[in-house]
Amino acid sequence: MPVSQPNSRVVYAALKSCGIGLCSALPETWLVHLIRMADDDPEMIFLRLAKEEEGVGVSAGAHFAGVKSAMLMQNHGFLASVNGIVSFAQLYRIPLLMVISYRGHFGERDTWQTQGGSSTEPVLRALGIPFAFLDDPEKVARRVTEAQTLAYSRLHPVALLLTRELMWEES
Amino acid sequence: MQRLDCLRAIYSRLEDCLVVTIMGAVAAELHSLGHRSNFFYLQHAMGLASSTGLGLAMCLPNQKVVVFDGDGSVLMNLGGLTTLARYRPANLVHVIFDNESLLSVGGFPTATSTGSDLEALARAAGIARTSTVHAIDEFVRTFDAAVHATELACIVVKVEALGPKSYATDLALMENRFQFQRHIENLKRENLKSENLKRK
Repeated sequence: MPVSQPNSRVVYAALKSCGIGLCSALPETWLVHLIRMADDDPEMIFLRLAKEEEGVGVSAGAHFAGVKSAMLMQNHGFLASVNGIVSFAQLYRIPLLMVISYRGHFGERDTWQTQGGSSTEPVLRALGIPFAFLDDPEKVARRVTEAQTLAYSRLHPVALLLTRELMWEES
Repeated sequence: MQRLDCLRAIYSRLEDCLVVTIMGAVAAELHSLGHRSNFFYLQHAMGLASSTGLGLAMCLPNQKVVVFDGDGSVLMNLGGLTTLARYRPANLVHVIFDNESLLSVGGFPTATSTGSDLEALARAAGIARTSTVHAIDEFVRTFDAAVHATELACIVVKVEALGPKSYATDLALMENRFQFQRHIENLKRENLKSENLKRK
């Protein structure tokens, strides 16, 4: 599977160096290595969800408990979580670090991903959620740290979009 | 059986628990019995009270967590039952008040009014300790046993579709949210202190 293992490792290391102690995830192709790393990490509380929106509640509970968390999901999972994001994370000012695989954009071969691909950025903008792209492994660590810093200073969700450039090794 | 009487009957047992409620009648009724800093009322995001309880329980394994949920909310996040069952935090008690109704929006009947059985759904999801109760003394007994057990518990409490006249309280959402977080910070600080004392 041409999902980049080295770059997944870079992303996971960045999350760890930010002190992330809990990850929630719903499996998706680009996230396979990240999910395996979280699952194998004895220091990580790792929760596999039935639906991504549950992760908003889980992360809020973790935040109240003083544990930093990250949500790993596909952009369709983000779209499926919008009510939780609005009526919990935004209403109650919960810092969420959402790491979202950005499917359905340039280079996407799977037709079924393409509609969500073109809705992701407009929905993030409509919700006023600050976002940035993870595209260059050299810049991942800094961008993850800065995203988390903003999530906490603003007490608000932020999103990091995992791009094809970073996650997929074209064969 | 009325929900308010159920809450009143176990109110004194909640002092040492972290409590998460759903919006509407449950929040207003618990608040009316006397607000405490260890109560968090999730005044929207239907379905996510149990997920919040799961996050709390996983991060604070030595702390009892009680979620007061409702049939309407649980039906919006049935998958959440499977997630609870999967991680089965031993310190979580999931109470579902089932009045077979979306009471706060005018009392529209939910699917539990036409036969959907939340306890059976919880059990089928994989939660071993489940019960359905119809009377106050039965609820108090079951709740007490669940709080003292070291096992995830799900209690479905069949109640009448009655609630307070108003769901408004004088507690601002933000005040509740920060107070609850501060309460946990203080708990952690006290626990740390008593552990250090023990070590000395």
